[in-house]
Amino acid sequence: MTTEAHAPPAEAHGGHEEDHIHPEPTSWFTKYVWTYDHKTIGKQYLFTAFFFALIGGMLAMLIRWQLAYPGQPVPVFGSLLQAMFFFGEDGSITPEGYNQMVTMHGTIMIFFVIIPIIVGAFGNFLIPLHVGARDVAFPFLNALSYWLFVPAGLIIFASFFVDKGAAAAGWTSYPPLSDIAAAAPGSGLGQVCWLIALFFLGFSSIVGGLNFLTTIITMRAPGMTMWRLPLVTWAQFVTSIFQALATPVLASALCLQLVDHLFNASLFLPSGLHITGADIPVGNSGGGAALMWQHIFWFYSHPAVYILILPGMGLASDLISTFSRKPIFGYKVMVVSMCGIIGLGFIVWGHHMFVSGMNPSVGMAFMVSTMLIALPSGVKVFNWLATLWGGNIRYTAPMLNALSFLSMFIIGGLSGIFMAATPVDIFIHDTYYVVAHFHYVVFGGTVFAVFGGIYFWAPKMFGRMLNERWAKIHWALTFVGFNGVFFPMHILGEGGHMRRIANPVFYDFLQPLQPINVFITWCAFLLGASQLIFLVNFFYSIFWGPKADPNPWESNTLEWTTPSPIPYYNYERIPTVYHGPYEYSTGAGNGRGDWLPQNEPGAGGGGAAAH
Amino acid sequence: MENVAVATLPHLSAQHARAKFGMWVFLASEVMFFTGFFGAYIVLRSANPTVFEQDFSVLSVPLAAVNTLFLIASSLTMALAVFNAQHGDRERVGNFLMATIMLGCGFMVIKTIEYGTKFSHNIFPSTSVPYALYFTLTGFHGLHVFAGILALLVLWGRAQAKAAATDMGSACELVGLYWHLVDLIWIFLFPLIYLLKFP
Repeated sequence: MTTEAHAPPAEAHGGHEEDHIHPEPTSWFTKYVWTYDHKTIGKQYLFTAFFFALIGGMLAMLIRWQLAYPGQPVPVFGSLLQAMFFFGEDGSITPEGYNQMVTMHGTIMIFFVIIPIIVGAFGNFLIPLHVGARDVAFPFLNALSYWLFVPAGLIIFASFFVDKGAAAAGWTSYPPLSDIAAAAPGSGLGQVCWLIALFFLGFSSIVGGLNFLTTIITMRAPGMTMWRLPLVTWAQFVTSIFQALATPVLASALCLQLVDHLFNASLFLPSGLHITGADIPVGNSGGGAALMWQHIFWFYSHPAVYILILPGMGLASDLISTFSRKPIFGYKVMVVSMCGIIGLGFIVWGHHMFVSGMNPSVGMAFMVSTMLIALPSGVKVFNWLATLWGGNIRYTAPMLNALSFLSMFIIGGLSGIFMAATPVDIFIHDTYYVVAHFHYVVFGGTVFAVFGGIYFWAPKMFGRMLNERWAKIHWALTFVGFNGVFFPMHILGEGGHMRRIANPVFYDFLQPLQPINVFITWCAFLLGASQLIFLVNFFYSIFWGPKADPNPWESNTLEWTTPSPIPYYNYERIPTVYHGPYEYSTGAGNGRGDWLPQNEPGAGGGGAAAH
Repeated sequence: MENVAVATLPHLSAQHARAKFGMWVFLASEVMFFTGFFGAYIVLRSANPTVFEQDFSVLSVPLAAVNTLFLIASSLTMALAVFNAQHGDRERVGNFLMATIMLGCGFMVIKTIEYGTKFSHNIFPSTSVPYALYFTLTGFHGLHVFAGILALLVLWGRAQAKAAATDMGSACELVGLYWHLVDLIWIFLFPLIYLLKFP
């Protein structure tokens, strides 16, 4: 494009010492279990997250059954698991069991599915490839990060089996409900498991974040300036800042609640607390502040929302640019807007607490700062649209998912602005409107981006193409099922349907809305079943699918210059980078096509050849 | 052979620069971890000022003051160990590391005595919110001191095993950074818990 873009690369810090190639591990254990290879660690995260997605998805199906047919025995599972877990003697879901399911669905989907896939799998796999390095900065810490995630997963999985079952106070674990064993069945040992599991997970997250930051800052190949990084990697960079600086605050909140649980302290228990039907456990002094939990928790968990969505935005940016065959519109503005989102993301946590009891002027500040996030988000949306504008769009499976990300994120983002307004939020707080909103962002946004990313990078990860036809069928069914589930939830929310009730027909005013609940449930079953198509396609194709070319999508970023699948140490020689990652249809394609890999100087540009 | 030596030196320094950057990010996350605790302290203390003043007046200022001196002195010995490691004086590195370890252990011993006294007076985290906070803040700080002592012991072992001088300099500096942060957190904890009174 411009002469500046084709300027010969500056001599970078990397130099010759990066050329040292470590020997490939030979034993099964160091290759697949305790491995230092960032690509294998990424796959470990991916498969572990798939396992938890099945559990979280099953919980969602059970939740939907209960909401459509409250108190009726669950088919198959109810008779198999009578009087176990969430099920009563007759195989129906108990109200306490329902609370546990909702809590564990949220916890598992956020902490054990989305974050491990979007950061653990994609971050690990793509960052070293995108910066042109052989591995992350600290391979040992990278392995450690995965092996801290595994015990977290085991503990949260084990918590289903402990006395009185898993945590039941919601994924937000608000005290006093979560803080006193007598308050709810899951608030005893189940809650302790929840706290410890999340602490392990947070540790893993922090270690991963500092590793990615260091990798991106110090390991870039010659010529790979920060302004030549693909937006996926920029998004991971910004996310890593969140992970390194916000996750420890969650860890401190978990520690404080753990002190309450293990030592009968009252950091979150106010004085004069009384539970109907049970006395406060002996030894609790009172005098704590329940609201304090919400502040510390949301100080992490609001940034965590951006940990969920920002890498999705990065994935979508790459897919949209690649399949529009156009440079991304406003590359630098995309980066700046992501930085704006994290800057604001740290100061908006109070919008989760508009009805918790807050000085109205503080609420005002949180309202304004939250609404400001619409600016960088809007900038990104319009840049994606402008990238599509006039593009030579290829409707591949990854692209269809990326376009779904874009449209669903717009809906989720707009309903977010509704809730940022304090007066509106007071009306729709704790209703299904909120459920609709965050599923539009996390499922409609991130999960579609993840599907797009998996369809896009699976050839590079496993060396085989996924079946395109079944990928499109999976996309279409998911898109229909998703909207069938979550769009009507806006209507339920406007009708006042509360967020965490086990039995909607218990309330007279909700009975007219019950047909909507039934409709949602059947759409949810469709949505759940169509994920099986994905799983079958994925696991069949990575073993028996057609072998992939090195660059099946005619994409520019560095990983596509390697063979598929990628050899152990990524690059035989550390590549030299000549320009940004989105040089599509610029006429500089060296006569091969409309793309120009980052390691090739453009037709009009100077610089030495890469090889 | 000389060429090889020249070629490996920048490799070490690049890895060292990376490790140092990673350590600074880790320290930033440690600061955020304790920020959560300090935030809780501010919220709870401003909600119950009299209870805090009354409960904290029982704590032993002389013991904590001695501990403060221990940690400040240990920061000095740590810095001297780093200095000597970077100048290749392996014997003095070992001695200063041992001095740092001893001062850290002294801190932990006094902390244990302090906790023991509290327990013998029936003061536990369940007694009141100020004590819960006292045990949480000093407890997690103590865990960090303990982790630091373990890291120092490993370093000391490497110094005894005559590890390469450049290697020692890098590792000493990283552990030193961590140790100074642990010291610094105590410098905040000491006045907040033991000294602060609102007349």
